[in-house]
Amino acid sequence: MSFNGSKLVLRVRPENRSFKERVMELSGENVDLCFQCGACSSGCPMTQEMDYLPSKVIRMAQLGLEEALESKTIWVCTTCFNCEVRCPRGIDIANVMEALRQMVLRKKYNRVSLDDLSPEELRELPQVAIVSNQRKLTA
Amino acid sequence: MTRLAYYPGCTLKTNARNFEASTLATAEALGMELVEPGRWNCCGTVHALAKDDVMHHLAPVRNLIRVEELSNSGAIDGKQVVTLCAMCYNTLKRSNQVFNQDSDKRKKIRDIMTKEDVQYSGGVEVIHYLEALRGLGWEKVAAHVKKPLKGLKVAPYYGCLLLRPRGTGIDDADHPTIMEDLLKALGAEPIGFAYSQKCCGSYHTVQMKEAVADLSHRILKQAEAAGADVLATACPLCEYNLGPRQDQVKKQYPGFDSIPVVYFTQLMALAFGLGSEATAFEANRPDPRPLLKERGLQE
Repeated sequence: MSFNGSKLVLRVRPENRSFKERVMELSGENVDLCFQCGACSSGCPMTQEMDYLPSKVIRMAQLGLEEALESKTIWVCTTCFNCEVRCPRGIDIANVMEALRQMVLRKKYNRVSLDDLSPEELRELPQVAIVSNQRKLTA
Repeated sequence: MTRLAYYPGCTLKTNARNFEASTLATAEALGMELVEPGRWNCCGTVHALAKDDVMHHLAPVRNLIRVEELSNSGAIDGKQVVTLCAMCYNTLKRSNQVFNQDSDKRKKIRDIMTKEDVQYSGGVEVIHYLEALRGLGWEKVAAHVKKPLKGLKVAPYYGCLLLRPRGTGIDDADHPTIMEDLLKALGAEPIGFAYSQKCCGSYHTVQMKEAVADLSHRILKQAEAAGADVLATACPLCEYNLGPRQDQVKKQYPGFDSIPVVYFTQLMALAFGLGSEATAFEANRPDPRPLLKERGLQE
């Protein structure tokens, strides 16, 4: 990042460009619109479980930083769309989180496993919880 | 009787039988027959957000084909399908939007689904039961009330997918009134509270129950602090996280007093005087019946 006259210029390193483009393509969102107001982070119900705030993950996507894929945040997001209705720049942040998750899941990664659940838990949990959990967090 | 297609989804047949029983009974009382397609399948529960994902639209679209078949055979009036679970509502509605708005995906979906007897036209309208009630008119709902829920303070809990994302929700995402309007029609007192649209933690209840209990605790305490006796919900996952998960809340917050959580349809069945098979409160945890008895509302 640098100042060019009165303009703030965001420079993405050439090696990070393809990652950024892939995130934008998979999410369908223009992450460059974000000006870091933090409204998404302030309304997010899961921030206490996250390492990076949602707004920071968007910044990482802007800069094409692949470390975003190692963030706990992308797995903790519940896709509740609170950020989507709050973003003054019209970015659907939940779509960006999904794109980042998909980039990891598509390498045959499973974040969770039903084997970790006891028979009692499996009996008690509603199907809608189990199906959505597996859909979101397994390959 | 107006005949409408009805898509139950998985959990309405198991954990949320009370949601289904109270819905079918209240719909019948209001002159709506809910017709379940014979061969519905899981909706997938979550919408395919990745832009290159076509595969996960197939399950929702297949259900819409079942509705179209009901319509073609004259088994329903019009082409609406009523949903109850907020997640079913969201997946069916959003896949329908994708099918109608994205010609490239529409073509791909059609090219894959060649073995269906009917090619989907895109013409089905996906609605939530609350929208069907609003469509009837709150006066008409109020006219069926035999036992007004006088003095019952109910906090409507919307959660996420009934209202969001924009363009999919059943009411204004910031200032919804649809549940308040229903509660007023039933004679209850709606109690607004800060966290009525805050996420319950959703599917993280499977592996992160402590975090979900934190969220539930926050929501339940806010409702209680605002003066609510009971919360009303419209989603079986919200109901589970706010209701049965109170066992976990108590472990993490020893001083926590339980508060009942019911489906809005159960309050309708109660106000309509449809009997205990329709209210089906015995399936709720914590049990709302002691509170209702104390208020002179339980049969």
